[in-house]
Amino acid sequence: MSQYLFRRLLELVPVFFGVLLVVFVISRLTPGDPAVVMLGEKATPEAVAQLREVLGLNDPLPVQFFRYLGRAVQGDFGRSIQSNERVIVDLATRFPATIELTFGAMLIASSVGILTGVVAAVRQNSWFDGISMFVALFGFSMPIFWLGIMLILLFAWLLGWFPISGRLDLTVDLARITNFYILDAIAGRNWAALGSALRHLVLPAVTLSTVPLAIIARMTRSSLLEVLRQDYVRTARAKGLAERRVVLAHALRNAAIPVITVIGLNVGSLLGGAILTETIFAWPGIGRMVVDAIFARDYPIVQGAVLIIALVFVIVNLLVDLSYAFLDPRIRYG
Amino acid sequence: MQHRVGRLVLPAVLIIASLLVAPALTTGAPSTSWDAKACGRVGGTLIFGQAQDTVSLDPNDIEDGFSVNNTSNMFDTLVRFRADSTQVEPSLATSWNVSADGLVWTFKLRQGVKFHDGTPFNAEAVVFTYRRQIDNKNPYFPGSAPYASFTYQNVDSVEALDASTVQFTLTAPFAPFLTNMAMFSTAVVSPTAVRKYARDFFKHPVGTGAFKFVEWVLKDHITMEANKDYWAGRPCVDRLIIRGIPDNTVRLLEMEKGSIHMMDQVNPPDYDRIKKNSSLVLFTGPGLNTGYIALNTKKEPFNDVRVRRAVNMSVNKAALIRAFYAGVGRPATNPIPPTIWSYNDAVKPYGYDPEGAKKLLAEAGYPNGITTELWWPNRARPYLTQPQKIAEAIQAQLAKGGIRAKLVTYEWGTYLAKLKDGEQPMAIIGWIGDNGDPDNFLYVLLDKDNAVKGKANNYAFYTSEAVHTLLINGQRVNDQAKRGAYYRQAQEIIHSDAPWVPLVHAARVGAHRKEVQNFTLHPLQIWWLHRVWISK
Repeated sequence: MSQYLFRRLLELVPVFFGVLLVVFVISRLTPGDPAVVMLGEKATPEAVAQLREVLGLNDPLPVQFFRYLGRAVQGDFGRSIQSNERVIVDLATRFPATIELTFGAMLIASSVGILTGVVAAVRQNSWFDGISMFVALFGFSMPIFWLGIMLILLFAWLLGWFPISGRLDLTVDLARITNFYILDAIAGRNWAALGSALRHLVLPAVTLSTVPLAIIARMTRSSLLEVLRQDYVRTARAKGLAERRVVLAHALRNAAIPVITVIGLNVGSLLGGAILTETIFAWPGIGRMVVDAIFARDYPIVQGAVLIIALVFVIVNLLVDLSYAFLDPRIRYG
Repeated sequence: MQHRVGRLVLPAVLIIASLLVAPALTTGAPSTSWDAKACGRVGGTLIFGQAQDTVSLDPNDIEDGFSVNNTSNMFDTLVRFRADSTQVEPSLATSWNVSADGLVWTFKLRQGVKFHDGTPFNAEAVVFTYRRQIDNKNPYFPGSAPYASFTYQNVDSVEALDASTVQFTLTAPFAPFLTNMAMFSTAVVSPTAVRKYARDFFKHPVGTGAFKFVEWVLKDHITMEANKDYWAGRPCVDRLIIRGIPDNTVRLLEMEKGSIHMMDQVNPPDYDRIKKNSSLVLFTGPGLNTGYIALNTKKEPFNDVRVRRAVNMSVNKAALIRAFYAGVGRPATNPIPPTIWSYNDAVKPYGYDPEGAKKLLAEAGYPNGITTELWWPNRARPYLTQPQKIAEAIQAQLAKGGIRAKLVTYEWGTYLAKLKDGEQPMAIIGWIGDNGDPDNFLYVLLDKDNAVKGKANNYAFYTSEAVHTLLINGQRVNDQAKRGAYYRQAQEIIHSDAPWVPLVHAARVGAHRKEVQNFTLHPLQIWWLHRVWISK
């Protein structure tokens, strides 16, 4: 097991080198000069020439790449072309916002999704099954942008149950240490901030949860239906076990592997940022950061952000793989 | 509105002109147009929601309007724009004079002013601010200083003659110099703070302005507090918070709920919603921008003036403004907007005449019309609210005049790069004025100096010698009456040569809650908020 883990972690090194190289090359091949983009209509020849020199864009690409790589291995990912902020600081402030939102969304998606899927499978072809699977399909196809605005209009603007946008009330003071507002609030026993942070989280998390929720519900249902048809389930029922115990203890555990895979994939992609949800709710996450940076050709930010997203994706996949062994004793790593 | 602005501008023009005409003439009027706006109530927190959070808070290192809205409330410049026009008046400099040859500008500085960190403001700070921008080897170079080569063009050296006198020496007479000294990027920074924070000054800004920096929560909001010792009197509110809320609809909902007081960038379809809401106010005024189609005069068939005129006659500007600007905006005739002095009223627009356009095309040797491309930028701009829809509408209009145009677009960065290379036959683009000087439109966008492939701003690649001579003359003399004559003549020639289809001068628009008092959106669309007060 530990050997396996070590090997998997070792694989990270070539993965990161590959990610860095690909992102570096692609971003440099994209037409459009950061100096021109930054200055927009105002890009006079003198200004562009000066900016290019300052940004070190006149050096040959291999020189730029190895300079970047040399610094990156020492943990220095450079500074943003636009803001002058260190990339690492930018990431440290914005990635927690994305993680908080992702976990909020996945909590809703997994709990509601699995529950719906189980009930739909157990009561296959019932009215609940029909309606819930239709709603799941609907949730999957609904434009996030439209859903977000509708939720805001109803629950924030009309009913006033939740704030419209942002992460925290402007009147609430919070010592931002980790930038996980919920953790910061709990650590500081700042209950007002905790309440405000949670209230701000609800609508964006619900919006973001719809697509994974629909996938999880449908996946749970189909996977469970398949398991329920197997011989050992019939045996369990034959020896007189209660249906609840058959489903929850015996069938669900075996049906969980594809569901966990789906959850893992979704966590990975949501951690890459949810640009639409972040835009609607003015949520300062990493998705908007990457997209803004790509439009601005802010190379250091794009490189740093993609690297961290890749890192998270790889780690989540590793955790998913490890969970297989836990769920199914037949799977062994060694 | 037009009338009111006109009345205010004329006396201002005369005052400034008189300052500039006489060499070595000193002026000492300390009162500013902003002080005329008294606070009806002092206190409270004003919350302004804009479409993006700030990028950086170092005024010497920014170029985007969202950052400028923040820094302009915390920093001052040597001279500043009047409250309702782009004419300048004293700010950190109380008076100034220019030598007879137009090369040496001497500023007398305001005494007793302190930066927010207690550092005294003096000539050394002005020199320090200049040096950190123009020399990228300077230890306090801010990172990119994107505007320095524009604001300090033709500046040879800056010297502190004594603690309260600073002298700029130019390489050539350059009339727009004084207005450039009112631009956000020349704001004077505290040398002590820059030395202390070095490259992190952008998040620890220290200026002399009306508000002091308190806190910046990245991509969320910036909090400032009133500078009670501000040299022009404390601002009306105690606190100013500027939030970034990217979605225009969500920002409006926040304002309706009262969680923000004011907002920028209203969707044109929402104008009516705001007007009908008794607790909200919609502010509109003429904008300092021009949206236009650049016709590439170096490419067939647009190297023929008759074809260019035919394109002009095929575009129905009034219909575009009704459909896409909610009727708020002005059809453009000249490259500069009418709010800029020297605007030529005598130039008569080409008028919408698709049949006439067809005849002109036939005359030019295209009896069956022409087939070409119309390029459009895939990004909303103040002068181009709904790019795709506007491009499609223009395409349909052109077809009626015998011009069959295929629509072509690229992502913004790529688009600009290609335009600079001159790949486009016709391209929709625009310009937002920086300082209200005609040179800032005409020379930058239509002079042959700026028509060099690969780095052009003159996207029509229009290279008229006559216009070039007039524009250079306009830079060399300080007499505004003479300058006005040059620019008016240039506009006539440009109109006749038709390198552009001037489309629209989009209005400047902002909205606020009724309790917000004393607010007018400045023509430069910078949200200066120190004289705004809240009535409850």
